[in-house]
Amino acid sequence: MEIDTGNTAWLLLSSALVLLMTPGLALFYGGLNRSKGVLNMMLMSFSAIGLISILWAVYGFSLAFSANGSESVNNIIGNWGYAGTSTSWVGDMWGETGIPTYVFMAFQMMFAIITVALISGAVSDRFKFAGWILFAFGWFTLVYVPVAHWVWGGGFIGAQIKALDFAGGTAVHINAGAAALALALILGKRIGWPRENMRPHNVPFVALGAGLLWFGWFGFNAGSELTVDSTTAVAFVNTQLATAAAVVGWLVVEWIRDRKPTLVGGSSGAIAGLVAITPACGFIAPLPAVLLGLIAGVVCALAVGLKYKLGYDDSLDVVGVHFVGGWIGSLFIGLFATTDVNGAITDVLGANEGLFYGGGATQLGRQFLGSLVVTIYSFAIAAVLAIILKAVKLGRVSEEAEVGGIDISDHGESGYDITPAGGSGGGGAFAMAGIKPSAAVDADGKADVSQKVAG
Amino acid sequence: MKLVTAVIKPYQLDAVKEALHALGVTGLTVSEVQGYGRQKGHTEVYRGAEYTVEFLPKIKVEVVTDEIDVDKIVDAVVTAAKTGKIGDGKVWVTSVDDVIRVRTGERGLDAL
Repeated sequence: MEIDTGNTAWLLLSSALVLLMTPGLALFYGGLNRSKGVLNMMLMSFSAIGLISILWAVYGFSLAFSANGSESVNNIIGNWGYAGTSTSWVGDMWGETGIPTYVFMAFQMMFAIITVALISGAVSDRFKFAGWILFAFGWFTLVYVPVAHWVWGGGFIGAQIKALDFAGGTAVHINAGAAALALALILGKRIGWPRENMRPHNVPFVALGAGLLWFGWFGFNAGSELTVDSTTAVAFVNTQLATAAAVVGWLVVEWIRDRKPTLVGGSSGAIAGLVAITPACGFIAPLPAVLLGLIAGVVCALAVGLKYKLGYDDSLDVVGVHFVGGWIGSLFIGLFATTDVNGAITDVLGANEGLFYGGGATQLGRQFLGSLVVTIYSFAIAAVLAIILKAVKLGRVSEEAEVGGIDISDHGESGYDITPAGGSGGGGAFAMAGIKPSAAVDADGKADVSQKVAG
Repeated sequence: MKLVTAVIKPYQLDAVKEALHALGVTGLTVSEVQGYGRQKGHTEVYRGAEYTVEFLPKIKVEVVTDEIDVDKIVDAVVTAAKTGKIGDGKVWVTSVDDVIRVRTGERGLDAL
């Protein structure tokens, strides 16, 4: 098959858009976090870009997206056909899309990266960085790769159960949300939670990150059609409408409940809407997408309060936003999926239309089952990994390090230096007098008396 | 000699400074402080979770003066700092035994 330059150009652009979501997530999470852990929070996202990109090229893409010759094995996992960075498939096109397989590999790489990064929001300020890296490696290998295969790569959720997931409601958001819940439960609460003040330290960061996520999400959702056609257009429009409605939904909840709408709420509503429309964006019509967004905004705004009632410290609400939002979007497919938007639903994917389009409850049941399987599997494996990491002392940082700040203890850097540039030349009276703030002590409690130059 | 100390709303600092200047007060000391009075702090809500901010930002103004001018200065500060809303602050007066000008070594009223 010849290369289709239009499709290829769109997917290359979409891949770059999806990559941008991870630094956007870093800002979103970083702003929601306390200042003493902002760098660790952001580094968990950036480290996912480093680690997962390589693993995806070496074995992740192959095991997730190649077809195994044995159907029974292929229901679970692919094979090694695309392993490594072989040049043997440089000229291959992906299916009937007219896009090089390498471009599809790159597009899916960005999904794997952000899915792993999403989990980190549940464990801010307390997970040893070495533990995080090992967890990311283990969870990516044992959970993300097979689940991506189950949902999109010819595995049993897509091919046998026939549950639909356009851009990652189950494979990305439910998957990451369930892992986040397990990790938060096994690692335990932050010291002082929920008694102490743990409010967001930089709300403009939160809004900036949400904006970058929203921008990148067009690649995430509309890119997932892989080609450029009318379904791509609907997916794009649905992404905007559902997100806008979710912003409204979240703000209305705050206005009624707290009497004041907030920027953190508006930003969170946007993310909830983006999450919820993700699985459904290429299957439902724009008006149901608005309804989906409104429901996601309202339900997720209420769901983030669950952690206080149930007593688990999902620090930045990965469960309340991604897990709950993912479930809402996945179930919406069972209600509103229509071949008017995407003919492939019945012809290619072998699924049914939604309950409100004459398809009966069949598809709703399939969506429930597919989402449940991913929830249980991801939760269980994440819990086992977390228990192992705790057992080998790679779980939480010490109490002293947590109270002092994980940025200093694990990374030897701090987010903000509020003394004037160069240490003098203006600013407050203490700075003019050359008095260092008492915070300028290192993790061992020793005062900083000299500057070291690396190398 | 007396020390007049006023803890006021940050927004009222300019008005207080101008009122003191109009009385001929030549110098004052200003510092940023935090605290609360009867109104306590305020609450902020993030994703439905309420956080109480106990200590509010305030400005502390200090003026050393002779005893004759104390009432005029106190009145000027109170008038200038007043908004009529809760949290306007407090003014108090304490005695000062001596004052020394660092540059010249002058003492007492001469040092003011």
